[in-house]
Amino acid sequence: MGLLLEQLLNGVQLGVTLFLLAAGLTLVFGIMGVINLAHGSLYMIGAYAAAVTAAATGSALLALLAGLAAAGVTGMAIEFLVLRRLYARDHLDQVLATFGLILFFNEAMVLLFGRQPLFVNVPEALRGTLRVLPGVDYPVFRLLIIALGLLVALGLYILIQRTRIGMLVRAGATHREMVRALGVDVRMLYTLIFGLGALLAGLAGVMAGPILSVQPQMGEQILITTFVVVVIGGIGSVRGALFGAVLVGVVDTLLRAYVPGLLRQVMEGSEADALGAGLASMGVYLLMALVLLVKPRGLFPAHA
Amino acid sequence: MNLHRRGLLASGAALGLGAASLARPAIAQGAPLKIGMITTLSGAGGYIGQDIRDAFLLAIELSGGNLGGTNVQVMVEDDGFRPGQGKQVAERFMKNERIKLLTGIIFSNILGAVAPDVLDGGGIYVSPNASPSNLAGRECHKNFWSIAWQNDSLHESAGQLATNLGQKRMFILAPNYQAGRDALTGFKRLYKGQVVGEVYTRLDQTDYAAEMAQIRAANPEGVYQFHPGGLGIAFLRQYVQAGLLANVPMTLAAPSMDATTLAAVGDAAVGINLTSHWNTDFDNAPSKRFVAAFQQKFNRVPTYYAQQSFDTALAIGAALRGTGGKVDDTEAFYRAMKPANFESTRGKFSFGSNNHPIQDWYALKVENVGGKPALVTQGKVLSDHGDVYASQCRF
Repeated sequence: MGLLLEQLLNGVQLGVTLFLLAAGLTLVFGIMGVINLAHGSLYMIGAYAAAVTAAATGSALLALLAGLAAAGVTGMAIEFLVLRRLYARDHLDQVLATFGLILFFNEAMVLLFGRQPLFVNVPEALRGTLRVLPGVDYPVFRLLIIALGLLVALGLYILIQRTRIGMLVRAGATHREMVRALGVDVRMLYTLIFGLGALLAGLAGVMAGPILSVQPQMGEQILITTFVVVVIGGIGSVRGALFGAVLVGVVDTLLRAYVPGLLRQVMEGSEADALGAGLASMGVYLLMALVLLVKPRGLFPAHA
Repeated sequence: MNLHRRGLLASGAALGLGAASLARPAIAQGAPLKIGMITTLSGAGGYIGQDIRDAFLLAIELSGGNLGGTNVQVMVEDDGFRPGQGKQVAERFMKNERIKLLTGIIFSNILGAVAPDVLDGGGIYVSPNASPSNLAGRECHKNFWSIAWQNDSLHESAGQLATNLGQKRMFILAPNYQAGRDALTGFKRLYKGQVVGEVYTRLDQTDYAAEMAQIRAANPEGVYQFHPGGLGIAFLRQYVQAGLLANVPMTLAAPSMDATTLAAVGDAAVGINLTSHWNTDFDNAPSKRFVAAFQQKFNRVPTYYAQQSFDTALAIGAALRGTGGKVDDTEAFYRAMKPANFESTRGKFSFGSNNHPIQDWYALKVENVGGKPALVTQGKVLSDHGDVYASQCRF
């Protein structure tokens, strides 16, 4: 029972990280109609900026701010310099350009910081574990990630449902042409949305730094799963991104944890493990296929 | 007049041909021998490829721009951590560049895609790292050489060390690919205790929270895990964060704790036991020279990958000295390579019947040396250790 709870927490934590990435991706795709493959690069830039700042100053707070600022500024610069020219073009051109950005940013990180992964420590106060239930100790830092992710979800909910900007965002997701026709400064809105998405990706990167290894191409590892989340949740829907991310995180974690064990009961040990690991890694894609079969526009379609 | 002109043309052509045929041997002598290096310079294994490349070029530089007296030119290409791309590079090297001698691959799944093409095409492959079981056993080849080890040996030595340390119940993990499966098989071969859990992770996985929970639930006396490169950094860090390292000691093979991993994990790694065939503190002249030169040139501690690549260059140099710089006659290359006439940085080195190393294995421990964690050699674990697949190998 304790183990199941711990695995669920792991799943939610992975889901929350995915949500931070997916929220930006889904907004950009749903409202601006742009496929931004370089979203993972913003995650990487956030992680790098935080790692370098933490190493130089030793302050976790400064590292967080640096990571957010670097990702946000880079994001807005990308929108201003590159994407603005591509809104009218078809998706293939956008994919090509943003794929080029991936290569550019990865090589830039290699040139600036080398191929060796950077070392990031967990802040002193957040080390150690917390007893969630008797017998279940969970790392404090991962609990913080979960809390932060849920906080961001709440903040986004308020921003989108309760503010004027949010109203424009919602309107932009469903009736893009109409918003433009009503005289809203769509350019400004686009830069803002892109910056917000970049900020969230940077936050995910900052939080991932002490857990994973900070190195070039770390963004692409997680980007594919993020796209799965966006598709499952429904393109353009932040609510969909949240539910999709937690669903994907929990399903992926539980499959990895339990499928080999279940297979072990019917077949030989090492074969069961190998097959189980294979099945588990297919799990999220199967999930996506199933969701699309039942709801072709995702769980919470934004374009009604 | 007409005739005259034709004669002039003919003599001109003859002159041209003559000049060309005169010039050809001169070019052959002057042109360096091309060596193709396919290695992983991107992704989680990127720093490994960098060490492989840098150390190989360092060996050439230290011997004055040649290997065994032969002028060589190394062409380096990134395999992008993808078997398909590695295969394409190998084809281009062999067909377009006419390269016969290849090296550099780190991961056995990439080697699996490249090696058959190279060997079937009459090429020679000298491996500075990946050495999967199939190429040491039934599918062994006269022109395939491993300078590193057979994959299993890394883990057999760790199994022996865990037995020596008296750990009776162990939880073992590795990524789900050829080398990962070899790892756990190898570990279990010499480990005498009980395996209470066996888990295969994904090769592209970076979050190991689910595995940490399983380890905690199984409550073992020790953990053995094989995660090379960036995977190992993530695994170790999460292991420490989960509060496991304090209660469940970890035994490792060399790939899970190289100099770069250690730098990225920091003080948390102190106390971890591992095995390796080489370490930076080895007390022999070639090793000292290599470590000093590498640190001076690149300003970082060489990983054992760098050492393997350095030895690979030395071994190739010895073979080229024997053949007078020729690689076309693979039979002659085989005869020149087999005695391993080079001063290995690990002290003792020889080839077994299947062209894989026979060497000693050592226990290392992460200790605090002058305020920084470092790998310190403790003692020998296995002597003159080859591999179990040699008996299946018939050239």
